[in-house]
Amino acid sequence: MASRFPVSKALKYLLVVGGALVMLFPFAWAVITSITPGGSVLAGPPDFTPEGANLGAYGKLLEVTPFWRILLNSVWIGAASTILQLVTSAMAAYAFARLPFPGRGALFAVYLATLMVPLQVLIVPLFIEMRTFNLIDTYFAVLAPTIASAFGVFLLRQAIAQVPKEFDEAAVLDGAGHFRIFALIVVPLIRPALATFAIFGFMASWNSYLWPLVIIKSPEFMTLPLGLAELHGRFTTEWNVVMAGSVVSVVPILILYLFAQKHVIASVAQSGLK
Amino acid sequence: MTLTATPPRTRAAHALRPPRRRLRYAGTVAVFLLPSLIPLVLFTLVPMAGSLWVSLHEWNLIEPMRWVGLDNYGEVLADPKTRAAFLHTLYFIAGYLPLVYAGGLGLAMLLNRAMGGRNLFRAIYFLPVITSWVVVALMWKWLLNPASGIVNWALGLLGVEGPGWWTDPTWAMPSIILASAWKDLGFVMIILLAGLQAIPNEYHEAARVDGASAWQRFRRITLPLLSPSTFFVVVISLINGFQVFDQVHVMTGGGPGGATEVVVEQVYRLTFQYGRAGAASALSWLLFAVVLLVTLIQVRVQRRWVNYGY
Repeated sequence: MASRFPVSKALKYLLVVGGALVMLFPFAWAVITSITPGGSVLAGPPDFTPEGANLGAYGKLLEVTPFWRILLNSVWIGAASTILQLVTSAMAAYAFARLPFPGRGALFAVYLATLMVPLQVLIVPLFIEMRTFNLIDTYFAVLAPTIASAFGVFLLRQAIAQVPKEFDEAAVLDGAGHFRIFALIVVPLIRPALATFAIFGFMASWNSYLWPLVIIKSPEFMTLPLGLAELHGRFTTEWNVVMAGSVVSVVPILILYLFAQKHVIASVAQSGLK
Repeated sequence: MTLTATPPRTRAAHALRPPRRRLRYAGTVAVFLLPSLIPLVLFTLVPMAGSLWVSLHEWNLIEPMRWVGLDNYGEVLADPKTRAAFLHTLYFIAGYLPLVYAGGLGLAMLLNRAMGGRNLFRAIYFLPVITSWVVVALMWKWLLNPASGIVNWALGLLGVEGPGWWTDPTWAMPSIILASAWKDLGFVMIILLAGLQAIPNEYHEAARVDGASAWQRFRRITLPLLSPSTFFVVVISLINGFQVFDQVHVMTGGGPGGATEVVVEQVYRLTFQYGRAGAASALSWLLFAVVLLVTLIQVRVQRRWVNYGY
């Protein structure tokens, strides 16, 4: 067996570590650039210990953009979107997994079909809808398309289907109704799937670009991707400011991911995506 | 992806319930379902219908719509730009998909075995996945800067003169492909890791006892048993590949000289630059039709190569 030889084991490590460096390098380089004064980094050997490193670019970031406002917008829109999706998807998933009703299979197929519709097909009519209701340039307009998630219903239904029915039946004997079964038995048991979906939901909102680009006009409603893209447009030569913004935007989602990481693989493995 | 079959209908079961309880049961179902159904109808199904309607009109988003029937479809189909946009999109997919699958598979196999720091490495490889496309596109635009980028500096050390990357029509698409594969590698890795972990160890053990080489075991056991995960990755990547936009919009905006003008970039331009909402809708339905067709073909062909039973 080849892999018992230390040579091939070393080779494996070399590959994994080398790959990890390639993954990390752009991030490290972004951090270094963000603290390099002067901004436009010229060709030449990369300077990993830039002279006069300082946090000036971060200060400038606060100066030239309503940065805290933009960050706060992203945080609260992301949180609201994630919570709404978790609640609506978990409830629908429970209905599809545990509450038989006529037309259930057909309705589920409709949910799945919407997964295949590209956002771009919906952009113009969504825009018109928002304009009709006078919602352009509002928080609600950014949130609206993320309230329900067919992907979430699909993922969570698979998880609920794996909760043994005996648990519910025991609860029914104790006089519990569907709401109590859902809240006290099913939700705690599908926590890994909920954590995974929370990450994917938050990620989608945090990183969403096209829809906010279309619907948001005023700087005070901007989210991070919009702010960064705009920053890039205005400060193409001052890469340290652009990179400072990029660095700040990665940190919150990284923290969230590290909290939920251990659930992700387990949940992908049991969600039926084998 | 495995779609669990819907359980048999139990209409008879609740038809037997007394009317009041049936009413209450219907109420319960509604309470669970409506919070997702109402937004889904309002913000997905209604816009879908609306988009079909818009595609039959000439409309600049401001003045009243003018009915033109199927003219938009005819125009979009005849427009050489449409052909070019689809070709650019296919070019993207042809480069991106093999790269991201091969890379993701290699990583998943390396990180599936017990090794020190495995979780740390998984997190590192997943980092680009959680990073916004705008950030990733900016980083890569800058790493691949022809004059001051570090990639060309490193190539210079090797005595190679680096290309103009995103400023050069020949290299613009490869630049976008490179950045995209780098970003999505971790996602493919996670899906394939989950797939690898579902393969019982005994298969490999038995093959080893029978004297199968590492390559034979990979070819005859790992790959076939991984086919459901592969199928999922390919379906999702193709759907996403056809809709590639964010990275293009930020890195090149469709340029230079239209070399990276993909379908969605074209939809965006038609709508918001040229005020041709009808033509844009027609083009996006054309895209939807292609994605649906490709997905259906995949679902049909999968029976030949996807192996669900262990």
